[in-house]
Amino acid sequence: MTRRRPGAAVAGRAVLALALGFAACSAPPDRALVRIGSKSFTESVVLAEIAAALLRDAGFAVEHRRELGGTRIVWNALRRGEIDVYPEYSGTLEQEVFAAGGVRGLDALRGALGAQGIRLGASLGFEDRYALGMREPVAERLRIRRISDLREHPALRFGFTNEFMQRADGWPSLRARYALPQSDVRGLDHDLAYRALAAGTLDVADLYSTDADIAYYGLRVLEDDLGHFPEYAALLLWRADLEARAPGATSALARLEAAIDAAAMIRLNARVKLDREQEAQVAADFVAARLGIEARATREGRAGRIARAGLDHLGLVVTSLAAAIAVALPLGIFAAKRPRAGAVVLAVVGVLQTIPTLALLVFMIPLLGIGAPPAIAALFLYGLLPIVRNVHAGLHDIPSALRESAEALGLPPARRLWWIELPLASRAILAGVKTSAVINVGTATLGALIGAGGFGQAILTGIRRDDLGLILEGAVPAALLALAVQAAFDLVERWIVPAGLRHEPPR
Amino acid sequence: MLALHGVTVRFGAVRALRGIELVVPTGGTTVLLGGSGSGKSTLLRVALGLVRPEQGSVRFAGAAVDAASAPGLRLRMGYLIQDGGLFPHLDARANVTLMARHLGWDAARTEARVAELAALTHFPADALRRHPAQLSGGQCQRVALMRALLLDPELLLLDEPLAALDPLIRAELQQELREIFRALGKSVLLVTHDLAEAAFFADRIALLREGALVQEGTLGDLLERPADPFVTRFVGAQRGAFGGPA
Repeated sequence: MTRRRPGAAVAGRAVLALALGFAACSAPPDRALVRIGSKSFTESVVLAEIAAALLRDAGFAVEHRRELGGTRIVWNALRRGEIDVYPEYSGTLEQEVFAAGGVRGLDALRGALGAQGIRLGASLGFEDRYALGMREPVAERLRIRRISDLREHPALRFGFTNEFMQRADGWPSLRARYALPQSDVRGLDHDLAYRALAAGTLDVADLYSTDADIAYYGLRVLEDDLGHFPEYAALLLWRADLEARAPGATSALARLEAAIDAAAMIRLNARVKLDREQEAQVAADFVAARLGIEARATREGRAGRIARAGLDHLGLVVTSLAAAIAVALPLGIFAAKRPRAGAVVLAVVGVLQTIPTLALLVFMIPLLGIGAPPAIAALFLYGLLPIVRNVHAGLHDIPSALRESAEALGLPPARRLWWIELPLASRAILAGVKTSAVINVGTATLGALIGAGGFGQAILTGIRRDDLGLILEGAVPAALLALAVQAAFDLVERWIVPAGLRHEPPR
Repeated sequence: MLALHGVTVRFGAVRALRGIELVVPTGGTTVLLGGSGSGKSTLLRVALGLVRPEQGSVRFAGAAVDAASAPGLRLRMGYLIQDGGLFPHLDARANVTLMARHLGWDAARTEARVAELAALTHFPADALRRHPAQLSGGQCQRVALMRALLLDPELLLLDEPLAALDPLIRAELQQELREIFRALGKSVLLVTHDLAEAAFFADRIALLREGALVQEGTLGDLLERPADPFVTRFVGAQRGAFGGPA
């Protein structure tokens, strides 16, 4: 289906409704696929879901790669064509993406983006700007309305997000602009800052102006009377080649132009953050009410979500573990047979293990992009050490009398390896594979950080939404899977390790 | 059968064998006698091509033993070590028939050969399915002997075959071994540190000390015409133990 024809709309929707259940697994080949990305915070996920609902209504297959991380990861994914669309803010483009270029204003941004093959698409109609906030009663008592008023109260305690402490438009320049005297300033997590304000352990924090928490906690947003903070107009970015690949997609997305005002966005955020509703449902309700689109949120029960995450997770684990076994077994044999070169192999594999997981994952993105491939590559590298080391140790520990007996009988090297040495080392080798597999199941939860899905997705979203149930929805199945893998290998051990090695010696 | 000429072996700084000249004749049993560290086990491993001599040459049945020829020549030698060297993951039968499997014998031929060997070594047929960990020390050595004899080798190399056994089993197996050697007419090269055992098996004895061949001859030669004072001391120290011909 290319461009929407009015007559086909009803039929198209019926087909679409049927197809929605399967859309996550496989899109029919005749519908163009549009991939949307989002950053790891509620508003970004909601906006991406709204865009997804519009595109589905226009007949496109949509894939939402949620919570990919910070600005850099999502921006680079867009540039490389791993996603087609994502929601962004003009101020972030100016201050972070084009920080070095001195690009200011929407027209300048449009030019800078165009040079990279990116279109500045719909302006959504609201701003989500940085602001400073205080609890209403405290502000009232101290008669603080504007940021300038803070100058008179040097003893106030400030708490800012770590990003705000460092950004070009953050605390250092704000303090200089307003000549603020406060010295009790600390960096902390954004969500914790709200709770600290409410508890009275902080007086002033940085806010995003569309945060639902502002109303919820009864906060006063201080007026930026010197105009320090730049504009943070919410907008959609999409790739210049999107229209060619998915004709009609950009005109569908353009319906969001000026469609959301700040109050509406705050309500949407509140439903997710405070009422704990799913982003897809909130987005569906919004497009129905605002644009008259009857979008069906792909309501998925807990069991369905767990099953899907489990499949993703198993996919990561099985693929990376199989590759690790296939490579580590020969490497371990090589290390045992050629001790000098083997020491180098063991050292290299050991060093791989010391790279922090997150660093390795992010390292893989420039090579393999986002999603499952970089996660599988990282898990594969982590999986090598336990297997290589145990293959090496298992072969190395075979008594020399046995090794020599096999040689003295006249068995050629390959037969000695397959018939004698590997079976004798099988228990150690299997123990290495088991260790590797269990570590793999746990580490794979981090794959969600770079869009690989799996049980880590629920954990990540749960942390963002402060939803213990959701965290457990990822953590408990991951732990159970680790136990199941362990049990499965115990069974495999009975089958693989020769009976003679399991007998207790008599006497 | 086996001839070593000027064989010297060095392990790092240690010379394990120095200029060995030894001919093992076809038929009959030659015993390599010596204390621990005298190089007698190394000499067997040189014969099998498991250890490469630094100097000298080794010939087996007229062929030079070297890296290229050793794998083939090993099929014509049977080798048995102190603890049997049985593979713990294979049962007794699989240990015995490993080389038959490698050479692709058919089942009937393998079966017949195993039955023949079990009868020869008095090994109970129902124990063939047991793994080494479930066998006694004496049974393990019988399995190891069957394995060494499977391909009907021309030369048997035995490295302290009875040393790990308790005295009763040892006496019994010693008797049987000698009967088997005689019945099969094999050339045997047997290593021991025990003069009584040497006296029991040997047609000829080669006495080693610190990697060098001290004297070669019959037991009578060693007792009556010792080549140097060490021979007298070595023989004298163990003489009371076997009460052999004085």
